[in-house]
Amino acid sequence: MSQAIVIRTRMERGGFTLDVDLALPARGITAVFGPSGCGKTTLLRCLAGLERPPQAQIVVEGQVWQDSREGVFVPTWQRPLGYVFQEASLFDHLDVRGNLDFALRRRRGSEGGFELPALAAMLDIGHLLARRPHELSGGERQRVGIARALATQPRLLLLDEPLAAVDMARRKEILPWLERLRDELHVPMLYVTHAADEVARLASHLVLMEAGRCVAAGPLAETLTRVDLPLLAGDEAAALLEGEIEEVDAHWHLAQVAFPGGTLWIGDSGLSAGRPVRVRVLARDVSIVREPPHGSSIQNVLPCRVRAIAPAGHPSQVTVQLACGSTLLLARVTARAVHQLKIAVGDPVWAQVKSAALVG
Amino acid sequence: MPIAREDLQAIWLTLKLAASTTLLLLLLATPLAWWLARTRSRLRAPVAAVVALPLVLPPTVLGFYLLVAFGPQGWGGQFTQALGLGLLPFTFAGLLLGSILYSLPFAVQPLQSAFEAVGRRPLEVAATLRAAPLDSFVHVVLPLARPGIVQAAVLTFAHTVGEFGVVLMIGGNIPRQTQVVSTQIYGHVEALQYTQAHWLSAGMVLFSFAVLLALARMNRRSTRVVG
Repeated sequence: MSQAIVIRTRMERGGFTLDVDLALPARGITAVFGPSGCGKTTLLRCLAGLERPPQAQIVVEGQVWQDSREGVFVPTWQRPLGYVFQEASLFDHLDVRGNLDFALRRRRGSEGGFELPALAAMLDIGHLLARRPHELSGGERQRVGIARALATQPRLLLLDEPLAAVDMARRKEILPWLERLRDELHVPMLYVTHAADEVARLASHLVLMEAGRCVAAGPLAETLTRVDLPLLAGDEAAALLEGEIEEVDAHWHLAQVAFPGGTLWIGDSGLSAGRPVRVRVLARDVSIVREPPHGSSIQNVLPCRVRAIAPAGHPSQVTVQLACGSTLLLARVTARAVHQLKIAVGDPVWAQVKSAALVG
Repeated sequence: MPIAREDLQAIWLTLKLAASTTLLLLLLATPLAWWLARTRSRLRAPVAAVVALPLVLPPTVLGFYLLVAFGPQGWGGQFTQALGLGLLPFTFAGLLLGSILYSLPFAVQPLQSAFEAVGRRPLEVAATLRAAPLDSFVHVVLPLARPGIVQAAVLTFAHTVGEFGVVLMIGGNIPRQTQVVSTQIYGHVEALQYTQAHWLSAGMVLFSFAVLLALARMNRRSTRVVG
């Protein structure tokens, strides 16, 4: 993994302290996840140079953007980044075309990159070019905002909860565009969010933040299944399986996902064999049995080994981390069941997966 | 013909004074208003108070101090003499200086509120789109603040047309040089030339009404565009 984005900063403001020391890969999408007010946005603003913390070292792909010890501070407008704000923040005095042109005209000559038609096609905003920002829906505004950020041909794209101001239906409309950007453009992105489903769907790397500090950082699937992080112990605790469609059972509308360690049947939604997919399995949808069950309605029963047992949110419950081949799963079960079944670390068990959802 | 040659000269001089004042004041007030809108300096409140002073002071006070300061014994007068400009009182340049100071709040305050309404976000956005600070100011802040700029220009122009006390103190009432419509009306009334005073006064009423009507229309349109 290339550790190409380094952020070390410490800043205090009105009782809040941001104190992080991060090295992130400069590829794929890194999700910065955490509750509201944990400093995610401030971290992004420091990286963009919109904040100037007195102590900071920010290096992106070998370029020093800030080094407080050396007195180096590259102003925002000289940093080759794109920034998508929470509320698209389009310029009200310009129409959509004007907004895109503003960015295109200021791109450094040597950088090449998109022309307006390609950009408009990529985010499907060609029919909106003559509109004013107030004539657009929230989802359209955000797509224009993303296109405008890409117009400068950024080396790093920063997205600050781009879907927070967009309703549920519109989110589903924008997420595929973000996936396309991830898969086609190869621009590294830092994606701030407090929505776990967006993380599961988009990210390849995860930074978990709480109260101004980074509590965990690492590859997504690995970090999500850690059981020592209270932030991940809630109802939404889930494992992420990455694999591809092995076969489709047209009669029962099921598709089989093969992942390193086993296979899983999920509801088919028009997938074709060979397609890479991500499947999210919530810990509360996984139960543990000692022997392979007979006569169970549950279709997915995977042989696993217990790797860890940790307390969950409620004292009655524990989270069991299971290894299925090289893939990790989480199971949310009662502490009494673990005691009665005498489940211990290292034991072979069977995981019954009641449901799994395709996320991308 | 109720309008005499001196009256026409006074009208022309008034328009020239108001136009010059508006132009110079917009150039001067823009950086000042920008600073007031953005600074967190402790000097902000005192500077804002000084800018607002002409709103509350009798114009004669302002005119009196200008007369003293730029007279032959004043520091301003010695300065302008040293520069070879001569003395400003009772000249068009002196009138212009007085008008600029007198109308300062009418230019600064609408600009300042417009800049404050624009906020920081558009500037941050512009910076992330590679716009240098001056580029952002010209291509983002000024267009977004346009209603405030137009309002500042109209108010300054109208206010300069309507000034009297400062003009009389620093300008005297010299035909073709410092005799403007308001002082001309005063002169007519003093001389009991009521017909001529009527013509000029009615013109002023009409002009002021038209300006206020235009401003109201402009404000309504700009709020509609933004909302």
